Amino acid sequence: MARRAKGASEINAGSMADIAFLLLIFFLVTTTMDVDTGLARKLPPMPEEDVIQDDSQIKAKNIYVVLINSNNQLLVENEFMDITQLRAGAKAFINNNGRNPESSDNPQKAIISLQNDRGTSYETYIQVQNELAAAYRELRDAKAMQRFGMMYANLNKTQQKEIRKEYPQKISEAEPKNIGN
Amino acid sequence: MSKFRKDSKKDTPGISTASLPDIVFMLLFFFMVTTVMRETTIMVQQSLPQATEIQKLEKKSLVSYIYIGSPVERMQGTYGTKARIQLNDSFATIDDIPQYITAERTARDEKEVPFMTTSIKADQNTKMGIITDVKQELRKANALKINYSTRKKVQ
Repeated sequence: MARRAKGASEINAGSMADIAFLLLIFFLVTTTMDVDTGLARKLPPMPEEDVIQDDSQIKAKNIYVVLINSNNQLLVENEFMDITQLRAGAKAFINNNGRNPESSDNPQKAIISLQNDRGTSYETYIQVQNELAAAYRELRDAKAMQRFGMMYANLNKTQQKEIRKEYPQKISEAEPKNIGN
Repeated sequence: MSKFRKDSKKDTPGISTASLPDIVFMLLFFFMVTTVMRETTIMVQQSLPQATEIQKLEKKSLVSYIYIGSPVERMQGTYGTKARIQLNDSFATIDDIPQYITAERTARDEKEVPFMTTSIKADQNTKMGIITDVKQELRKANALKINYSTRKKVQ
């Protein structure tokens, strides 16, 4: 009797650490910590077939035309432009407020029209999108600074909405077509 | 003098490792909880373009991915080097996208469908032609929320 009690001793837990280590290393190796980031965009809905698109009420001066050809060159408002100048150009256009009669009336009416060729590289396209988004972000930041004394990103929802109303991000992408090759 | 020396010589206990399993288990649970298993093997080259105006992609369960790029090197013998679309675990064509979107939608709760995002993970050397086609298909399928997957630009 006494012997039996002695024999049913505890299980040796010394190797538990080893087993746990093994599992730990497995999870360490398989784990991926990357956060997905990207440029969020909203596509326009497909135009209905029997409705004729009427763009005539948009004045040409309120549209900032950005074309990218298959050699990744930019044609902005019928002039060659380097991508480094695009941000400043877009900002000047959006924030024109009627100063230059050739440019936009006000930020609410300003539309940026982006067209690319099928041969344009994705990298250039993303850079252009990025520059345009940056132009809007900088304008919103400036407005937010002026009105609330804070950067746009730090404002609350209603304040952000107010600023967004003032500077709506209108980037329109034309229906795909082949422009030059 | 001798009093102290005697004392220290007598017992120098080793560090107890009894709590080691506990610590290891704690770490283990942390990694078990945070880990996300890769669901798909990526078969196309993915060097994403860089941008500065990026946003985090939230609610990963509501994101469907479209991978675009030329096949990885070991598959180039079979599939060539032309840019291809990958949906789930296989190469697909433009025509498979509506079906894929529908499948992704039925897998989610009906209430969540309007919040679903399609993430386009395209290689930076891809031509816009294929991406325009994909975008047109997404418009037709009424999956309008998209995200161009990019890396953060290091200045």
